[in-house]
Amino acid sequence: MKRQEGLAGLKREIAGLARAARTDHGVLPFDVPAVDAVLPEGGLARGVLHELGGVGGDAEDGVVAAAFLAGILARLKPSLPVLWCLAHEDLHAPGLLARGLAPERLLCVRARDDRPVLEAMEDGLKVRALAAVVGEVGDLPLTASRRLQLAAQHSGVTAFVLRRWRCAGMARIEPTASVAAVTRWRIGALPSVPRNGEPGVGRPLWRVELLRCRGGFPARWIMEASDATGHVALAAELADRAPAPAERQPFRLAG
Amino acid sequence: MGGRGIVTAVDPGLADSLTPGMALADARAMAPQAVVLNADPAGDAAALARLAAWCGRYSPWTAPDQPDGIWLDLTGAAHLRGGEHVLAEELIGRLKRFGLSARAAIAETPGAAWALAREGSAGIMAVPEGATRVALAPLPVRALRLAAETAELLDRLGLRRIGDLYKLPRPALVARFGFATAERLDQALGLLAEPLSPLPPAPIRSSHRRFAEPIQRPEDLAAATASLAEALCRRLAEAGAGARRLALNFYRLDGVVLTLEAGTAQASRDPRHLARLFAERLDRIEPDLGIEDMRLTALLVEPLGGEQAPLDGTGLGDGGADATLAALVDRLENRLGAGSVGRYRPRDSHIPERAAERVPALTTGAGGTPWQPDRLRPVRLLPRPEPIEATAPIPDDPPVQFRWRRRVHRVRAADGPERILGEWWRDPGEPALRDYYCVEDEEGRRFWLYRAGLHQAGTTPRWFLHGFFA
Repeated sequence: MKRQEGLAGLKREIAGLARAARTDHGVLPFDVPAVDAVLPEGGLARGVLHELGGVGGDAEDGVVAAAFLAGILARLKPSLPVLWCLAHEDLHAPGLLARGLAPERLLCVRARDDRPVLEAMEDGLKVRALAAVVGEVGDLPLTASRRLQLAAQHSGVTAFVLRRWRCAGMARIEPTASVAAVTRWRIGALPSVPRNGEPGVGRPLWRVELLRCRGGFPARWIMEASDATGHVALAAELADRAPAPAERQPFRLAG
Repeated sequence: MGGRGIVTAVDPGLADSLTPGMALADARAMAPQAVVLNADPAGDAAALARLAAWCGRYSPWTAPDQPDGIWLDLTGAAHLRGGEHVLAEELIGRLKRFGLSARAAIAETPGAAWALAREGSAGIMAVPEGATRVALAPLPVRALRLAAETAELLDRLGLRRIGDLYKLPRPALVARFGFATAERLDQALGLLAEPLSPLPPAPIRSSHRRFAEPIQRPEDLAAATASLAEALCRRLAEAGAGARRLALNFYRLDGVVLTLEAGTAQASRDPRHLARLFAERLDRIEPDLGIEDMRLTALLVEPLGGEQAPLDGTGLGDGGADATLAALVDRLENRLGAGSVGRYRPRDSHIPERAAERVPALTTGAGGTPWQPDRLRPVRLLPRPEPIEATAPIPDDPPVQFRWRRRVHRVRAADGPERILGEWWRDPGEPALRDYYCVEDEEGRRFWLYRAGLHQAGTTPRWFLHGFFA
């Protein structure tokens, strides 16, 4: 009897700690049961910092990561603008539109390099009239990521850091460095599936890896590229295929 | 210099023996103790402009009068300094401390002030209202800013003093000495208005603070900035205006004027917002021995209705004015440079790099044309298409492999071509035609490539990489 009470008390305490670690800005579900199941509270936490990066050939350009992010942003407070800070302005508005993000919502900030990008992000995270703040950087020092996380928690504006590795080596090493992000994602391209056996480029497929998720589980999926409403779907017919090339180094899972 | 040098300026101590215009060789003979320095007209002009800017602590309206004078419009400014004479004395005293000898005259007209400053009986003169005519009468005619030959002619005819000209009938004056002479006389006497072009565009509103003790500490600068912003915003409110561009001047004890400029994306008279535009950059101001005066000027104002609406229009939550979108845009633009924050708007062009137009962040309206969602377009577009080495054995077919940035990509699948015609009417230099292909390499990365121009036998087609699909 006593032991059970003690256990229940501990459980309550742990639950309280877990809540304190998170914030109560709610979550954004992917509307894909398999994905939402591994995320705490069934979706991507709002008002925290998330990190996304490319993998494989996408590592330096972060194209697939940007498109994956566009799909998330399309469904995150669609009436509010998104602040997108970057050093090399190569976003193409019509391409983002195809992944669900309305170009009218984009406020693009061009800065000289990583540091002013991170500073601009921090400023943006104080503005509740924004749906989200995105920053494309190579380096993400731990302190800077903590500041972003704190600012996001305070205002409830969701922060996304999109890593653009400067070279393949950096792409391999950096994901093992610690970062104060609540989730860390790696997204890369996979060979497309032909449409009904037609020649040419088929439906794009993505390899989506959740490397780390506070309060959740690491996982990986093969997904179809997000549609014009920003929704992704699991590539069902390919579910039994090996998710990643065998020679890839396993990531160390933090948190 | 040889023997052909000419004396251009003489220190007052030597003025008895030397005069500007004499040959350098003569001057050396007459005053062997003199130190000769090369004339530097450009440097002098720049220094005069700097000094004119420094005089901004006495009046918001100053202008250099090349080569050797500075205009100050003291209308409504002198009483703040205890009267015209006191102001002039302080100004001359300060210039003396900088090592400059100067004369000052305050009069009703620019012409009279010019004349008295150069030819007046005292180094500091303030002519009371209505006494201009009398004050000018004993001065030599050259004080009227006349051409040298006209002054000489008048002198030869015995018309040595300005007062002598008063008696001449007007038609005779114009006929003998030209219209310009009569005009200069009228300007000096205030019969003819003389507009002067000021150094900065005439400021519409400004606020000014003088410190009893020069200030140096960053927190004092910040506090002064805040109080200047409040004073300025009160004035802007009276005028029903808001500031779009601002300048904050710091007048340093050593005569150096430092300036910070800031802009706003939309007219504002929110003192906290305006002060914050400068707050981040106050650490760039090196106070040296101290800042004596500060002036905040609205360089550009726009009409702004009674109560300032919340800047973002969405009126969100407790962040208030701190956390509005417009305030954010201003902060970022002031820190990262004008134009660093932008929005994308569709443009009526089928050239990919022209399909999206970057416009200032707070531009409203969606532009004339809608986006074209049916076209297959990349997520990232290189600012400039990059040349690639492509192997395309079959004409009008996509390449089977290509090399970009030293990496070879084998093409696994391809779509295309999408033929895009150049807008030759906009840019006659660009190729008339591009054939775009979406190609996928073995990893699954998708690229947007194009061949410039039609495939022609005997020539190597030029291929470019333009963007990346996801």
